[in-house]
Amino acid sequence: MSTHATNGNGPAGTAAPYSVGPSLGGGGRPALFPLFTSPPVDQVAVEERAASLAKRSLKKASKVWGLKLAISMMDLTTLEGKDTPGKVRGLCQKARAPSDSDPSIGPCAAVCVYPNLVPTARLALAGSPVKIASVATAFPSGLSPLTVKLDDVRRAVEFGADEIDMVIDRGAMLAGDYAKVFDEIAATKEASGAAHLKVILETGELQTYDIVRKASELAIAAGADFIKTSTGKVQPAATPAVTLVMLEVIRDHYYATGRKIGMKPAGGVRTAKQALHYLVIVKETLGDAWLTPDLFRFGASALLTDVLMQLEKERTGLYQAADDFSKD
Amino acid sequence: MTTRKETVEVANGSAHGAGVIAKATTDEARLRVSKTYKMYVGGAFIRSESGRSFQVKGSSLESSADPATVNIPLGSRKDVRDAVIVAKAAQEKWAARTAYNRGQIVYRLAEVLDARRGELEASLVRAGATATGAAREVDCAVDRIVFYAGFCDKIASLAASSNPVSGPHFAFSVPEPMGVIGVLAPPRPALLGLVSAVLPVITGGNSAIVVASADDPRTAIVFCECLATSDVPGGVVNVLTGLASDLAPQLAKHREVAGLDAYLDDAALRASIERDASESVKRVKTQAPFTDDRIFDERGGQGLTFIERFLETKSIWHPVGL
Amino acid sequence: MSREITKSPKGIAAASAGASQAPALDFGRAWDYAPALEGVSHIKLQPRYGLFIGGAFRAPRSDKYFATVNPSNEQVLSEVAEANAADVDDAVRAARLAYEKYWSKMRGAERAKYLFRIARALQEKARDFAIVETMDGGKPIKESRDFDVPMAAAHFFYHAGWADKLDYAFQGRRARPLGVAGQIIPWNFPLLMAAWKIAPALACGNTVVLKPAETTPLTALLLAQLIEEAELPPGVVNIITGAGETGAALVNHADVNKIAFTGSTEVGKRIQASLAGTGKRLTLELGGKAANVVFADAPMDQAVEGIINGIYFNQGHVCCAGSRLLVEESAHDTLVRRLRDRIATMRVGDPLDKNTDVGAINSKMQLDRIRELVDAGEREGATRYSAPCALPSKGYWFAPTFFTGVAQSSRIAREEIFGPVLSVLTFRTPDEALEKANNTMYGLSAGVWTDKGAKIFWMAERLKAGVVWGNTFNKFDPSSPFGGYKESGFGREGGRQGLAAYVELDG
Repeated sequence: MSTHATNGNGPAGTAAPYSVGPSLGGGGRPALFPLFTSPPVDQVAVEERAASLAKRSLKKASKVWGLKLAISMMDLTTLEGKDTPGKVRGLCQKARAPSDSDPSIGPCAAVCVYPNLVPTARLALAGSPVKIASVATAFPSGLSPLTVKLDDVRRAVEFGADEIDMVIDRGAMLAGDYAKVFDEIAATKEASGAAHLKVILETGELQTYDIVRKASELAIAAGADFIKTSTGKVQPAATPAVTLVMLEVIRDHYYATGRKIGMKPAGGVRTAKQALHYLVIVKETLGDAWLTPDLFRFGASALLTDVLMQLEKERTGLYQAADDFSKD
Repeated sequence: MTTRKETVEVANGSAHGAGVIAKATTDEARLRVSKTYKMYVGGAFIRSESGRSFQVKGSSLESSADPATVNIPLGSRKDVRDAVIVAKAAQEKWAARTAYNRGQIVYRLAEVLDARRGELEASLVRAGATATGAAREVDCAVDRIVFYAGFCDKIASLAASSNPVSGPHFAFSVPEPMGVIGVLAPPRPALLGLVSAVLPVITGGNSAIVVASADDPRTAIVFCECLATSDVPGGVVNVLTGLASDLAPQLAKHREVAGLDAYLDDAALRASIERDASESVKRVKTQAPFTDDRIFDERGGQGLTFIERFLETKSIWHPVGL
Repeated sequence: MSREITKSPKGIAAASAGASQAPALDFGRAWDYAPALEGVSHIKLQPRYGLFIGGAFRAPRSDKYFATVNPSNEQVLSEVAEANAADVDDAVRAARLAYEKYWSKMRGAERAKYLFRIARALQEKARDFAIVETMDGGKPIKESRDFDVPMAAAHFFYHAGWADKLDYAFQGRRARPLGVAGQIIPWNFPLLMAAWKIAPALACGNTVVLKPAETTPLTALLLAQLIEEAELPPGVVNIITGAGETGAALVNHADVNKIAFTGSTEVGKRIQASLAGTGKRLTLELGGKAANVVFADAPMDQAVEGIINGIYFNQGHVCCAGSRLLVEESAHDTLVRRLRDRIATMRVGDPLDKNTDVGAINSKMQLDRIRELVDAGEREGATRYSAPCALPSKGYWFAPTFFTGVAQSSRIAREEIFGPVLSVLTFRTPDEALEKANNTMYGLSAGVWTDKGAKIFWMAERLKAGVVWGNTFNKFDPSSPFGGYKESGFGREGGRQGLAAYVELDG
């Protein structure tokens, strides 16, 4: 039975002609995009649920476990116009060995940089398990010709990126041109080759959870390995509630196909407490199988410092001073 | 006041005049055709299923065709049962009408009552009222119906609320009718008591099963004739005649009857129906019949409080979000 | 988890056929939350509590005391007095005296300030009240901390503001207080119900004698202390403890003008019967068997949260619990699958653990009742699914449970279970949903889930229930009237409408 069909898109067990649910589930290109519907999401209730999971009280061993897991899931990110090889090398060093005092901590999952800085990262990370993610597809707006965007992707992969973080065309999404969004993702997936594809929805520009849900379904159907909330250039970026909505799409896809898609909240996750909150949401929505860097990442720059401070506090029993921890 | 007196005189005069004409055509007195009094259920005039009756004596008036002693149906348990079925079906449709429509229908009842005031006054006089007293009672009954007619589409404005809850929800409360309400009308004043008890019940969208005054059931039946010729849909007001001591416990025990308004002299009977009503958690209000001072009074005999007795409050919540 | 655990008897039951299909999510123990216990060392309960009458605690004339037990570990927390008829008489006299001497003569504005003072003091002592509520009643600290206690304070704050505005509440009519109100409250929301009862009564100028439930008297007694500290005139609030006999003595006391009762329909009927002919005013807030109606076009994941909150909040010890899930047949399997996954994440255990979602069943008696009805459900052929959680060996526990394939006629679809047990039924059309929803002697609450606005209103208009939650469930607020249709009782609590329960109106 199709999950989508029973969500109101058509009679149970059959694919209504306008329903793309089953097609999306199978990963094919939906036939009639303009009428594509997906299950509604109630803002108040989903935010209430996400907030309720912030009430989980994590102490001692469970806190340490969660924080170390969070570090292993971090895509340490720098995406500034002023990024230099020096800055990126520092970031890579931090990703390989995040803690000076505790060698059991780390490494991070990846560093995330612009394509031109991928070669620098490649060198800096040689011999380490840390992956290199690169934003591509005319990040952050995505408003360039598809050929340009695909070339961007191919170059990043050639430079040595293991993972491509693409942006969807939000204008097309909001205009209802779902076919365009789908086709661009599918083409990007192809251009990425062996690299993993993370699809950034830029949820802050989509505004409603209904559209976020729809965009998530499209991205997954078009071949995303991960879906990702934000570029970090738009507010709001990642929120617990939008992450929950996207995780629910991942769950429904798993129900329907058995295929596990990854999730990456990015932007706005700055504190250890927030990180634990996200992990609780993952644990209680998708279960144990998603508590791995293979299926969950944090896109963050400032988060690592706070997590390290909290870990040190747990280790020593003393509250830490921020200046004792390196910023980059 | 002047107008009213004239109306009374005309009404009596014409009836009297008919008698004179009858006498003029033959030497023998003509026997008037008297009315068979029936209960009013589902818009139809019916006898009691019991086949029994009780007798009411009154002054024999020249203006009336009735003999001094008349038979009135003695309503039974099964009459209550049948009336509840009818009242239940009627209530849902009555409540589904717009408040504006209900208001017009109730106002129409006032029009009909005023038009038939001669008949009503005669009936009251027959049961012992003075002509002046009867006229005053009919006046007040008509005005009371007008009062409630205009209330139909005000109730929600007064009883509803928008509730400023602490959270991202729109919450509001609205009044709703309870359903079928039993009414034990006060023995006196027979017309105004009946009107004062029934009108607030139906104004709120309920239907009523009324046990008429046993002292003067004939006036209640004349009132039913007004109902029958008004636009009040059949089944919205159902009037049984008989003894409150027989019928009140039946209404109190019936699980489909949501509420009970009882004006009874008998304190023991009031207590016993309150007890009976508890088995179905009925909303029950009992009281001794009001004094004339109170029931004729615009403050004491009518008002929103009487309507609210048989309204539920329903609170509805919904999130406000995208 | 370090504490001793036993396996739930029906640990992992067969799920309904439609819902048991691979692939399945694994809510295991890869990352288990360590116990996060609320500290209780600073809580100083007295070994014994007297009756709060006339502004002071005193020993009962009965000379009898009974124990109140922590249902999560069966340990005695304290002993409380058992008020007999003479004690009840003392309390009513004190209330009458206070009514005549102080409260009925006091300006509304002054009454208001006393109520505001109680609200503030409750906020100041919120955590202690929450802890004691959880210890005495078994509810999760998360709920007593975030719901019961703040909401109780909110009720005092809200009603305080009405005390000098009764002329506005009943425009065109004059509102007079009734006199002495006898108030009897249940064990599911002990402090909150005390607030629901005391605040409007006092705001309207009445004095009260309140009897908390015998299994959960402690927060009402702490409230008595707080009221004493707030320096209310003596006798305005009297709190007497005891069981059914004490309640009966209060109900039948000749000098009580009004009874307000929250509890079972069975007892409510008895109270209504015993008040017959007395002229005492009565309001009843009784049982329920609420339908939570989920259409296929609903925001499904949020509906699941509403269902969970609707039935497992406070272990299902909620009169307005959404205990009947009516789901559109085409969405049944999808919904049941999500429900099953969702209850797998629920944490049952020590109520003082901040991570506990479902606490202890309030008493042995209640646990027996839940078990009896669940057994009946199994005998009647419904399919049971209980969360695969471990239950502590001491105390009274019941794992979150739901039944699928429940017939409208079966006991678990008709009787109030008052526990964490949901009955799932299906419907095909809105008419059928409505018919099934209203096909009950109760009428306290209902839920409707659909993305279509017009359908919400269509349903809300037709549901015979005092509260209708559209795309939400179990929401409460002092400003929102709460109360039942049919055998769920009469009268409202909260809002402007709730004041009517404590005043006499002219015209």
